[in-house]
Amino acid sequence: MHFPDVQVKKGENILLLGESGSGKTTLLHLMGGLLRQYSGSVKVNDTELSTLSELSLDKFRGQKIGFIFQKNHLISALSVEKNLAMAPYLAGLPISQERIEHVLETLGLAEKRKSKVTELSQGQAQRVAIARAVLNKPSIIFADEPTSALDDKNCHKVIDLLLNIASQNQSTLIVATHDQRLKDKISNQLKL
Amino acid sequence: MNLLTLVWNYLKARPLNTAINIVLLSLGIAVITILLLFNTQLEKKITENARGIDLVVGAKGSPLQLILCNIFHMDFPTGNIKLIEAEKISRNRLVKKAIPLALGDSYKTYRIVGTSREYADLYKAELAQGDWWSEVFDVTIGASVAELSGLKIGDKFASAHGLVSGGHDHDDHQYIVRSILKRNNTVIDNLILCNIESVWQMHEEGEHEERHHESDSSFISSRLIPSVAANDSTKEITSMLIQYRSPMGAVQLPRFVNSQSSLQAASPAFETARLFSILGIGVDILMAFAYVLIVISGLSIFIALYNSLKERRYDMAIMRSMGATRSKLFVSILIEGGVLTLFGSLIGLLMGHGVLILLSMMVEETQKTGISGFVFYPQEWVILGGSLMLGLACAILPAIQAYRVDISKVLSGN
Repeated sequence: MHFPDVQVKKGENILLLGESGSGKTTLLHLMGGLLRQYSGSVKVNDTELSTLSELSLDKFRGQKIGFIFQKNHLISALSVEKNLAMAPYLAGLPISQERIEHVLETLGLAEKRKSKVTELSQGQAQRVAIARAVLNKPSIIFADEPTSALDDKNCHKVIDLLLNIASQNQSTLIVATHDQRLKDKISNQLKL
Repeated sequence: MNLLTLVWNYLKARPLNTAINIVLLSLGIAVITILLLFNTQLEKKITENARGIDLVVGAKGSPLQLILCNIFHMDFPTGNIKLIEAEKISRNRLVKKAIPLALGDSYKTYRIVGTSREYADLYKAELAQGDWWSEVFDVTIGASVAELSGLKIGDKFASAHGLVSGGHDHDDHQYIVRSILKRNNTVIDNLILCNIESVWQMHEEGEHEERHHESDSSFISSRLIPSVAANDSTKEITSMLIQYRSPMGAVQLPRFVNSQSSLQAASPAFETARLFSILGIGVDILMAFAYVLIVISGLSIFIALYNSLKERRYDMAIMRSMGATRSKLFVSILIEGGVLTLFGSLIGLLMGHGVLILLSMMVEETQKTGISGFVFYPQEWVILGGSLMLGLACAILPAIQAYRVDISKVLSGN
C-alpha cells in the first residue's frame, strides 16, 4: 500500500477522504504509532516513529494521541466513568474527576456517568468514545469514521465538538472518513 | 482506577463464571483444610491423652480395643482381670507407677471411671470447685461433663450400664457429685471419676459386705487399692495403666505380661501408630479427591481466562492504543488468575473451619474429642500461597496471549 506525502502543521486539521478499502485506517494506524512496520517516513513532532522503542511509543500514544475508532470499542465491563478514567490511568497521567465530569457534560452525557456501557445507545456510546479520546487533551486526535453512525444533527454536533476541542487544546484533528457531510467542515483534505 | 479495579470489574461482569471457579477451588481447599485441622488436632489429642502411659494391661482381646477403651474411653472393655494378677505385675521392679481402672458404667454417655487419685494426677487435673472424691459413690466430674450434662455439686444420679444412655440403670445406688474439674483439654474432661469401690458396690447389688480391716492386725492392704487385702482373689478390675521406671520396661514388661495366660499388654504408642496407618488410607483417598477438585478448578480458570480473552481482544487493543504497555496487560491477566484463586482458597479455608465449627457444635462425639474449628495452623499459609501459585500458573498462557495482541490487526477488524 502506498500513500502520497502529506504534512499537517500543529493546530491544523485534515480530512482523509476515501472509500472503504482505500487504506484510510492503515494510514491512521501508521500515523498514530499503532503500526510500526513501514518503509518511508512517519514523523510526529520531528520524531521518526519507527525509531522509538515500544515503551516510548506506548507512552507517546497514551499522552499525545487520542483515538476514535470505527466501532466504539468501549470496555463493556466498566461503567462510563471508569472507561474514561482508563485514559489517564493507562497514559500514566493523574486522573481528574472534574475533567471527566466536564467532558461528559460537554457531550451531554452528565447523567450517564455511572451507567453501564452496555445500557447506552449507539450514539451515546460514540460520544463516550469521543470523550475518552479528548480526555487527556492530546496533541493529535485521530478519528476513524467518527460520524458515520450518527444522524445529521448529532453528526454536526460531534464534528463541531471535535473541532472545538482540537482548537481549544491546539490539537491537530485528523479525520478519516467517507462521510460526505464532513466535506464542508474541514477544508484541508486528502483524497486516497 | 488501577489494574485491580479493572480485574475486579471484569470478574464482576461474568458473575456465574467467576462463581463456579471460586466454588470449585474452595471445595477442594475446604476438604484439605478439614483434613489438616482434624488430623493435626486428633494426633495432638491422642499424644496428650497417652502421655505418661507406657503400657495398658487388661484382659485378652484386641490390643487396639484395649487402648481405645482404657486411654481414650471410646470403646468397650475387653473384659476383667483379677486384681491379684494385676498386683503381681505392679510389684515388678520395672514398674514405676500402676494405676488401676474399673470401667463399665456411664451417665448420659459420659464414662464413669473407678480409679485412684493418681489417674487424675496423670493428666494434671485440677479442681474447679469442691473436694476430690473420697467416700464410696462420691464422684468428681470433668469440665465437659459438668457443662453438657448440667450436673452440679451435690447432685445425685444413677449410672447406666455400658456407654450409651438408656441402658440398664443401676437404681439401687446413686452417685453424688463432690467436685468439678477445671477444663484441661484431655480425655478427663469427659469422665466421671470415683474410687474403685464405688464401681464394685454398684454392681454387687444387694451384697453389702463391710470390711473392718482397721481392727485386723494381719491385714495387708493391696498396693493398688488400699481398702482391699493384698491377697484378695475375688476382686476384679478392668485394666491397669503402667508407667515404666526405665526404658528397659519397654523391652521386658510386655513380654512378661503377655506370658501370663489371662493378661494382655498393649503399648499406646504402637497401637495409635497402627490406628493412624489404618485411618491414613481414608485420609489419602479424601486428599486425592481434594487434589482432583483443585486440578479441575485450575483447568476451569484457565479455560475461563482463555475464552474471555477472545472476547476481550478489542479491549486489549484499545487499551494498548491508549498507552497500556504489553506488560501491563500481561500482569492484569495474571492478577485475574491470582484474584480468583485467592478468593477460592480464602473461602475454602473459611469453609473448612466453618464445617469443623458446625461439626463440633452439632455432633457430640466431635465435642468429646475436643476437636475445634477455631484453631489455625501455619500450613494454612502454605495453602493460600499454593493457591496463588496455581492461579498464576493457570493465567500464564492467556497472559502471554494478551502480551502478544496485535493492536492494528485487531482494531481494523482483520
